[in-house]
Amino acid sequence: MLSHDVLVIGAGLAGMRAALEARRKGVDVAVLTKVHPVRSHSTQAQGGINAALGEDDSWEKHAFDTVKGSDYLGDQDSIEIFCREAPGDIIELEHMGTVFSRREDGRIAQRPFGGAAFPRTCYIADITGQVLLHVLYEQLLQAGVRVYEEWFATSLIMEDGACRGALAMEIRSGQLQAFGAKVVIMATGGLGRVYEPSTNSLISTGDGQALAYRAGAGLMDMEFVQFHPTALRNGILVTEGARGEGAYLLNSKGERFMEKYAPKMMELASRDVVSRAEQTEIDEGRGVDGFILLDLRHLGREKILERLPQIHELALDIAGVDAIDEPIPIRPAMHYAMGGIKTDVHGASLLPGLYAAGECACVTVHGANRLGGNSLLETVVFGRRTGAAAAEYVDRVSPANVSEALVSHEGDRIKTILERPDGRDSVARIRMEMGQTMNQYVGMFRTEEGLQTAAAKLAELKERYKQVGVQDKSRVFNTSLLFHLELGNMLDLAEAIALAASHRRESRGAQFRRDFPQRDDEVWLKHIVIRYAPEGPGLDYSPVSITRWQPERRVY
Amino acid sequence: MQAKLRVRRFDPESGDGVHYQSYVLEVPDYATVLDILLQIREELDDSLALRCSCCSAICGSCAMRINGQARLACKTKARDLAADGEEILVEPVGNMGVIKDLVADMDSFWQKARAVEPWLQPDGPPPEREYLVPHEVMRALTDVVACIMCGACVSDCTVLETELGLGKPPDQTFLGPAALAKAYRYVGDPRDAADANRLAALSRLEGIWDCTRCNFCVEVCPKGVAPMDQILALRRKAIERGYDEYLGARHTLEFEKTVRESSWL
Repeated sequence: MLSHDVLVIGAGLAGMRAALEARRKGVDVAVLTKVHPVRSHSTQAQGGINAALGEDDSWEKHAFDTVKGSDYLGDQDSIEIFCREAPGDIIELEHMGTVFSRREDGRIAQRPFGGAAFPRTCYIADITGQVLLHVLYEQLLQAGVRVYEEWFATSLIMEDGACRGALAMEIRSGQLQAFGAKVVIMATGGLGRVYEPSTNSLISTGDGQALAYRAGAGLMDMEFVQFHPTALRNGILVTEGARGEGAYLLNSKGERFMEKYAPKMMELASRDVVSRAEQTEIDEGRGVDGFILLDLRHLGREKILERLPQIHELALDIAGVDAIDEPIPIRPAMHYAMGGIKTDVHGASLLPGLYAAGECACVTVHGANRLGGNSLLETVVFGRRTGAAAAEYVDRVSPANVSEALVSHEGDRIKTILERPDGRDSVARIRMEMGQTMNQYVGMFRTEEGLQTAAAKLAELKERYKQVGVQDKSRVFNTSLLFHLELGNMLDLAEAIALAASHRRESRGAQFRRDFPQRDDEVWLKHIVIRYAPEGPGLDYSPVSITRWQPERRVY
Repeated sequence: MQAKLRVRRFDPESGDGVHYQSYVLEVPDYATVLDILLQIREELDDSLALRCSCCSAICGSCAMRINGQARLACKTKARDLAADGEEILVEPVGNMGVIKDLVADMDSFWQKARAVEPWLQPDGPPPEREYLVPHEVMRALTDVVACIMCGACVSDCTVLETELGLGKPPDQTFLGPAALAKAYRYVGDPRDAADANRLAALSRLEGIWDCTRCNFCVEVCPKGVAPMDQILALRRKAIERGYDEYLGARHTLEFEKTVRESSWL
């Protein structure tokens, strides 16, 4: 058995930031990740990271925008911490070497973003996530943190109700290994691939949420799934920074249709509002072959190439469109999970010894709808806080003494999958049917009937999943086995999302129920928490923290 | 359209050694090589191993040799290589070991990146707010930090190919274009104060003077980082700073002297 004080699972921004902080506190920390750290999904974040740095801006304004963006479901105690600590974290990232784009006077530049009353999104052209991810990886190298690269966590080790480590498989050898830990920090990112299409990387399969859920940690706000307004044909993302820099959204008549839906903020209304507006235009016959047009032409060649080079290149590669001369066809696509492992403001989950940070966690600063630029911020603010809290927790517990029998038991489970005959059904087929079901019935517009259809379909897929095998029987780098295990994780999460969506009989933020189109604060100003049980998931509620902003009607 | 892929297969467990396998399948017109490989996995053969994640040329996972040249599979349209349905050859990146099929062993790649100490080493404690630095300098550095560490440049580096071909142990070979571009990213950063140490270290054997300027790294880089240009920038800075006692530097300075004195090379 390998053992560490702190085991961080996942090496995106939140995981690496947490590891770095725990290391600074002097504990023995290791990071375990299924891909090399710089391959993590954080690298896909393009547009930027929010903080009230400007002279006329304030953390209170940032907090209000976040609360309003969340449709008043975000916990205001978390949001206050989030926005108050943001500037310090941005400055620290700059001191680590991040090459933030600058103003004339050499200070960090900020661009406007959706749902924000002030230009407070710091950026590095349109590759913000990539640059931050590499900087943090390099910090981890400098700090000498042990990284188990290309290891896949298969389950958490639980002892008397507390988390004492994880079982994981080295992808390169197929070898299973127990990792004892005084505390585990889950930082595995999003679950986007539960949907098809999605803007998320193929690796965003919600592994951490599923492992924590099965171990007994509650999942909160799972019904809130964000659809990004501007994705290319195959779900590839076009940054909100494009609209932040002034791009228009046009329908087939050439109208800036956002006028009808958000006359004040127009293209920069919050994402849930813009995505629903686009889909409405498309559904009512004012789309262009099922797409909306994102028009950058008036920004001019120079600005496009300087501020949005990656977008220019992606539109050329994928849509075959030169954004300097032509509008880009885009449509909404699943982008982000507001929900995740329920934590407090220190990252502690409902289970002793299990912490979580980043997209896999739900702290909850995003509530029913996240603002652009707030997800990167969440990774660093709550990654740091969680790393520090976990390091403190280490002092309070004795070392784990993990039984090696767990390894052989887990080995048997995996052997069963490998030994199944390769029948007519396949992991890829189940995965596709799951994704399409979620997109159709648990997407931007929901009804009870549709949600029941989804629940029935998911139950069928779960049954099929129990029988499905893989062709590849090898041990070394068996990606088919990984896809199989990931699918099992995603099916559990899909079920939780559909269940929460059906239970919440109102419309709020990203959850829009055609059969309950109004927000209902009297009944539903509360979080839904889902707990796993072998016989089927159970539901619970958690109150919303309101410190200084009473719910109001939300207009953009 | 119909796509034909010929893929280099290797499974260390099978004992079969390296072989090539051909696949023919119907794919959408806009399919990238990665789309096709994933379709092969889903429809024909799920044992084909490869790394991939973002599908949008930013995670750096899917560098491989396609028709003999290192490229990102997700950024390479089949139609552009095989307009008339020609077979496309797909192999793992070069100059690295192979774990399985298209999955390269990148250990030496990451070790070399680490060897250039890729972290900011400022002089003294940082200011209270951000460092004040000109936008133009940050913008120029952004072109270098756009490197996604995919390994395409290292794959097709002719210096490494020669050294490895002659049997040199991988950890004693040329640092390579990716690590050196990374080094320039810090040497060129006005906030970094360690450029003297960095340039001295990079001037030694296996460093900046080992590049033969074949330009392949510039050609294959999918992100326009132009690693060779960064290596040349490091050389200029090294000479400016007086690190000129190394063979490559002396060679360069002799050339300059000859041209100045005789107008001949």
